[in-house]
Amino acid sequence: MYRRSFKDTRSSLGSPNPNFSKPMVALRFLRALSLVRRSGLGACSPSYRARGIRRAAYACMAASAGPRRAWSRALLRKIRRRPGRGLRRPRAVIWRHRPVGGGDRLEVALRRLVPGGGCMEYCRLLEEAADYVKCLAMQVRLMQTIVDSASHV
Amino acid sequence: MSSRRNRVVSEEEINELISKLQSLLPETRRRGAGRASAAKLLKETCNYIRSLNREVDDLSDRLSALMETVDTNSAEAEIIRSLLRS
Repeated sequence: MYRRSFKDTRSSLGSPNPNFSKPMVALRFLRALSLVRRSGLGACSPSYRARGIRRAAYACMAASAGPRRAWSRALLRKIRRRPGRGLRRPRAVIWRHRPVGGGDRLEVALRRLVPGGGCMEYCRLLEEAADYVKCLAMQVRLMQTIVDSASHV
Repeated sequence: MSSRRNRVVSEEEINELISKLQSLLPETRRRGAGRASAAKLLKETCNYIRSLNREVDDLSDRLSALMETVDTNSAEAEIIRSLLRS
């Protein structure tokens, strides 16, 4: 577990990831959508396909954010881990590194909502949550734009 | 192993992160002009993340339905154009 001083964190917050510009995310997501269409999912029931689209949305979001963020790494790990394949780690192991002190109910809720938020320190959690919210909001706007323009074709 | 593994974070740093988080919430979720209390902000952030997750679900459903009806190959050019415009 490496330490980062607050100053380092601040400078890394200021410098944006070059891959995470809106057109890049959009193209990545559109490519994923066309893969979904061409794959077997294209002929499946809409709800099953919707799940594939949803997974693609989170995967593209995390891939665009890059490995610098704990939330994107955690999301990609979760998505790439297919259920049933290989040994399943018992849940107790995942919480082994839970921070001391427990934290209040709201902090625990936030830790559950932010991917990878389970065992980072509070300061880091707030930082990751901020970045996650920003990227998630952008992904939603992107999907809304696609739906709007596809509906009007 | 009750000692903290990381250094003690100052109140100021936490407050700065909290106000940054507050600035990311949409207007309707920001309570009052002044600095919201940390608890309120965490609550609003949790609610906002939950609503964003729901929106992703909803939009995925709509995209899935559109995929069936719309010929997305021809739609793609128009989609990319409108994305680059926005």
